[in-house]
Amino acid sequence: MKNASFVVAGVLAAVLGSAFPARAAGLSVVTTTQDLESLVKEVGGDKVQTDSLAKGYQDPHQVEPKPSFILKLNKADLLVAVGRELEIGWLPPLVNQARNPRIHPGGDRYLDASLSAHILEIPTGQITRAMGDVHPQGNPHYWLSPENGRLIAKAIQQKLSEISPGDAAYFAQRYGDFDKRLAEAEKRWKAAMAPYKGTKIVTYHRSWPNFVETFGLNVVGYVEPKPGIPPSPSHTFELTQEMKKDNVKIIIIEPYFDSKTPNAIGRDTGAQVVTLAPSVGGAKGANVGDYLALFDYDVNMLVAAFKAAGVKPGA
Amino acid sequence: MLHVVKVTCTGLLVFVFALAAVPARAQDPQADLRAQIEQLRQQLQALQEKVTQLEAAAGQRPAAGAEPAQPPATPPQPAVAAPQPAPPEPVQTPPGGGAPLTSKVFNPDMAVIGNFIGAAGNNSIEPMPALKLNEAEVSFQAVVDPYARADFFLSASPEGLEVEEGFVTFPTLPGGVLMKVGKMKAQFGKVNTMHGHVLPWVDEPLAMRNLLGGDEGLNDSGISISKLIVNPVLFLEATGEIYDGENDVFKSYKRSDLTYVGRVRGYRDVTESTNLDVGTSFAYGHNDADPEATTKLYGVDATFRYRPLQQSLYKRALLRTELFWSHRQQPIGDAKAFGAYVSGEYQLTRRLFGGARYDWSERAYDASLKDNGGSVLLTFWPSEFSQIRGQYRRNRYAEGVTANEFLFQFLFSIGAHGAHVF
Repeated sequence: MKNASFVVAGVLAAVLGSAFPARAAGLSVVTTTQDLESLVKEVGGDKVQTDSLAKGYQDPHQVEPKPSFILKLNKADLLVAVGRELEIGWLPPLVNQARNPRIHPGGDRYLDASLSAHILEIPTGQITRAMGDVHPQGNPHYWLSPENGRLIAKAIQQKLSEISPGDAAYFAQRYGDFDKRLAEAEKRWKAAMAPYKGTKIVTYHRSWPNFVETFGLNVVGYVEPKPGIPPSPSHTFELTQEMKKDNVKIIIIEPYFDSKTPNAIGRDTGAQVVTLAPSVGGAKGANVGDYLALFDYDVNMLVAAFKAAGVKPGA
Repeated sequence: MLHVVKVTCTGLLVFVFALAAVPARAQDPQADLRAQIEQLRQQLQALQEKVTQLEAAAGQRPAAGAEPAQPPATPPQPAVAAPQPAPPEPVQTPPGGGAPLTSKVFNPDMAVIGNFIGAAGNNSIEPMPALKLNEAEVSFQAVVDPYARADFFLSASPEGLEVEEGFVTFPTLPGGVLMKVGKMKAQFGKVNTMHGHVLPWVDEPLAMRNLLGGDEGLNDSGISISKLIVNPVLFLEATGEIYDGENDVFKSYKRSDLTYVGRVRGYRDVTESTNLDVGTSFAYGHNDADPEATTKLYGVDATFRYRPLQQSLYKRALLRTELFWSHRQQPIGDAKAFGAYVSGEYQLTRRLFGGARYDWSERAYDASLKDNGGSVLLTFWPSEFSQIRGQYRRNRYAEGVTANEFLFQFLFSIGAHGAHVF
């Protein structure tokens, strides 16, 4: 029993003796993705310290809930999440263990960015897992439209102003500046993509509904037979036939999917396989460091792919 | 009530259109008008949501078996078909706020996980049925109130129905303390904390069976308090637990015969793709040999993980070992037993995983009895909600028996099962 007492006393001493770290200057904002982190930086400027849990080049559905993330959330003044169940497989256990009640869903330091965004593909009928890994609250890849970027930034501005009212004017000025730069960039992107409006494409996962809606592209098929289900030979064959019939010349994939099947389909159909960045930081070695650069990169890559594939403007 | 809300909505709608139709007068009034319209739009939206909720509630009143309140003509539609026409304004649907979900918004997340196992070959020491639905785990998980959440895991097996775990967690306590109260798996090592369906094998390691009480393990009613020891070097968590003292290892003869469990866990990311997780655990309580006899358990565990972020769907590896020491007092003489296992898992393709395990363990009541064995495994995931596993196991028992067996397992999950702790 003496040994037991020593161990229990040791544990208690460790618990009571824990030191609290010095706070960094500015609000500590943790985001689940780098897209949200970029938008927080745009609005928060030097009044915030940001950290993203997921990297832009990893599948945001499949992030491991590492204990190191608990430390980040423990110190967070604000948690900004994508929502729509994108993070359902990993964020809840982290938040539950963070010992930071204010960042729990419903808490005053939790922001679900999807609540202010334009969400597509919200199921209206019965859904089952026979349909694959469907999201019952709509497609969570909504940040891939400039309009949603603007709405998310606005929600962030409001939340930061609520937390730090003294800096509200600063956040409003930063949002205004971002809004202006985004509007200018949007004109540029839409002008570059305008000639290809209506072009039929295939994507690997259903990550791009907001993106294709913004630029008027037409998704006619997916490499995945169902969301989250890897390509099967029968589906690949059917997709190939469909692409040949519709003369589809572009396959968009995300950097975290195996390109073997898309490449095989590309060889068979003559389509270009283009790896776009689905998130800020989504292309290693390329400048996709912020929200505007993300669209610059994706639009440039797509236009180059359209040209390489011989897609005729206006076709 | 529904009628009143509908009438109010209609009135508001008419008013909004009327306002929108008013010709522009001057700049300031226009701005005011826009603000009013925006305000009314928000009110209208709130009322529409209320109507939806009331309609959903009204649609539930008919006898059970009636169709849920849904648009009857809408065919089942994958969440992913062609983009829907964009609404004129940003959609403000709150998560879970769609009509079909509204009525169950306060229901807990519910899931059932079936664990079907089978065995072929001979084993006279640990006989298993050829085919068996080993367990159906039913889970209910939800937030209780702003201060607590609750998790219940009921285990239905051929032996009956029991509460495998049922506890409340208080994540909002001051001082960064996390408290759990209820019946739960003790924070002793790694395997002891895992439910059957998350084990990377069909069975448990021999050391778990010989020293920690088998598949139930240290699982008891009690109170658990853990705290982060925040420091700049690593994730460090200390946990102290007190249990009633009735489980497969410990026994309580009187109210004061409690079981005490302590654990310190350290974790550090080595690189963005690799991490190291180490822990040390201790448990103390009375045993079934004699009212005065006690058992002390010591454990050390270490896990190394590799999972490159960009290829996280396709590549991962895990190497884990746990070592246990048991010091059991008993009238015939104290028994000091040791047991351990080493296990490795490697992802071969997106849905296929290979694994191996080596076991060595003395028995808690007689350390001269030593068992050892080895296994190789292959696991296939049709999806993240089901799993098929085969395991070849060769165990050599202290009785001189060598058992060669092929074990297989089908795991299948329905409903919403909360994500597990890393």
